[in-house]
Amino acid sequence: MSILVVADHDNESIKAPTLVSVAAAQAMGGDIEVLVAGSGCGAAGEAAAKIAGVSKVLVADNAAYDHGVAENVAALVAEIGGNYSHVVTSTSTTGKNFMPRVAALLDVAQISDISGVVSDDTFERPIYAGNAIATVQSSDAIKVITVRGTAFDPVAADGGSAAVEALDSVQDTGLTTWEKEEIVKLERPELTAASIIISGGRGMQNGENFALLESVADKLGAAIGASRAAVDAGFVPNDMQVGQTGKIVAPDLYIAVGISGAIQHLAGMKDSKVIVAINKDEDAPIFQVADYGLVADLFKAVPEMDALLG
Amino acid sequence: MKVLVAAKRVVDYNVNIRVLSDNSGVDLNNVKMSVNPFDEIAIEEAVRLKEAGTATEVVVVSVGASNCQEQIRTALALGADRGILVETEEDMQPLAIAKVLKAVVDKEEPALVIAGKQAIDGDNSQVGQMLAALGGMAQATFASEVQLGDGSATVTREVDGGLETITVKLPAVVTTDLRLNEPRYASLPNIMKAKKKPIDTYTPADLGVDVTPRLKTLKVTPPAEREAGIIVETVEELVDKLKNEAKVIS
Repeated sequence: MSILVVADHDNESIKAPTLVSVAAAQAMGGDIEVLVAGSGCGAAGEAAAKIAGVSKVLVADNAAYDHGVAENVAALVAEIGGNYSHVVTSTSTTGKNFMPRVAALLDVAQISDISGVVSDDTFERPIYAGNAIATVQSSDAIKVITVRGTAFDPVAADGGSAAVEALDSVQDTGLTTWEKEEIVKLERPELTAASIIISGGRGMQNGENFALLESVADKLGAAIGASRAAVDAGFVPNDMQVGQTGKIVAPDLYIAVGISGAIQHLAGMKDSKVIVAINKDEDAPIFQVADYGLVADLFKAVPEMDALLG
Repeated sequence: MKVLVAAKRVVDYNVNIRVLSDNSGVDLNNVKMSVNPFDEIAIEEAVRLKEAGTATEVVVVSVGASNCQEQIRTALALGADRGILVETEEDMQPLAIAKVLKAVVDKEEPALVIAGKQAIDGDNSQVGQMLAALGGMAQATFASEVQLGDGSATVTREVDGGLETITVKLPAVVTTDLRLNEPRYASLPNIMKAKKKPIDTYTPADLGVDVTPRLKTLKVTPPAEREAGIIVETVEELVDKLKNEAKVIS
């Protein structure tokens, strides 16, 4: 039995969720190969070869795979997918985009966003925004799977010495032309990689007030998130959204400021190790999941916290 | 051009779902059902295309039990022209739904298919992409802006780091993200008018589609509960606990 992990990468390096996907693959059991499909992605291929527990790295380096164009990447993965018992990638916007195409091309079901591996054909996954966990068993010969980025402890990024093999296959469907991207330049850690996150909700009242959180975040080395209410109200952009329809995070410390704790938001952060809630409404549902709750006006409490952190 | 919209009947987003005590699933008895919120955004986008004169006809399709008619009627009241129900009592999984939709696409030949990026019950986020693959079509998932050109669509997509813009050849499948538009409410006159709009009904067998489930749900359980924490009185106490008790900041 061998498992193909499709890497999340930026051509230069391997992104952290790939290490989680490899960890999930180890739980399924089998020889693990990693596919790096990109354009000018040699460095990412070299980095993948160092991941602990990987036996082989396949590098498909062609302009057709630039920016992870779903139609082309899916055609490539489906072409080689028949050689494996499992095809695995992370539940990132890239993985969510191409992987169901792979499953359809292979005529197998996809098991999305798994949070646990019971056996090589049985997996746990959250449904209804994490309000229930389904245990599902696949009868397909190839299991196509996306892995929740917070559900497994990542394997080490180094220590391995896998062989690197070039894949010459070029799958260019010509269906999609990539135009441009507006990627937010982050001075802080990425939400899905941060060990501390401070998030604001509707209680922040406006976008300018997020500056209060920025000061604390800088002192803690934290990422800044937001609830869907804050995004819907136009305070901050959608890429900051934590929740069922945003990013799923599980940092060591999650500080929820002015967030009531809608189910939708809790679905995105309740696996955090330590949760702090600061809210003036003592009945806010966020306090039911918080390890430490502070009933206070955030406009007083956050500056005070900022001062205490020096 | 014709636009096909896929809409799913799901538990209303305001409902607190309850896992059944025999762990066979979640309790759907006497629970309010609605159009999947992301599919409402898809309906709205299609209706706006018609109002702008770009789309000539908006067809809404739903796959499931006969009561999915209610959600098709909602879409018709919001401005869709006619409905298609592919009726089945089978547990419809994403691959089977995509195959049914592929058969409907073959029949209807729309230039554009719009669907929600995920349904809020299964949270799978698969059907749009699978349909595009089965039909050999381009896909633009998680759309926050759609502009139609001549034989193509330029779509801004919500990706992890920000936004990405792609141009896809038509016919294509677009899946909607939250910020694409804000759906309207149906007016009473439009709800009345919708009752007269036609709904065609097929079965998966009529369409020649095998919808046998590939996945077996062994059990459904409630998620692990977090233990209740404590309420601290002051910011000093909070910072002290984080430093010395939880040891998550230094």
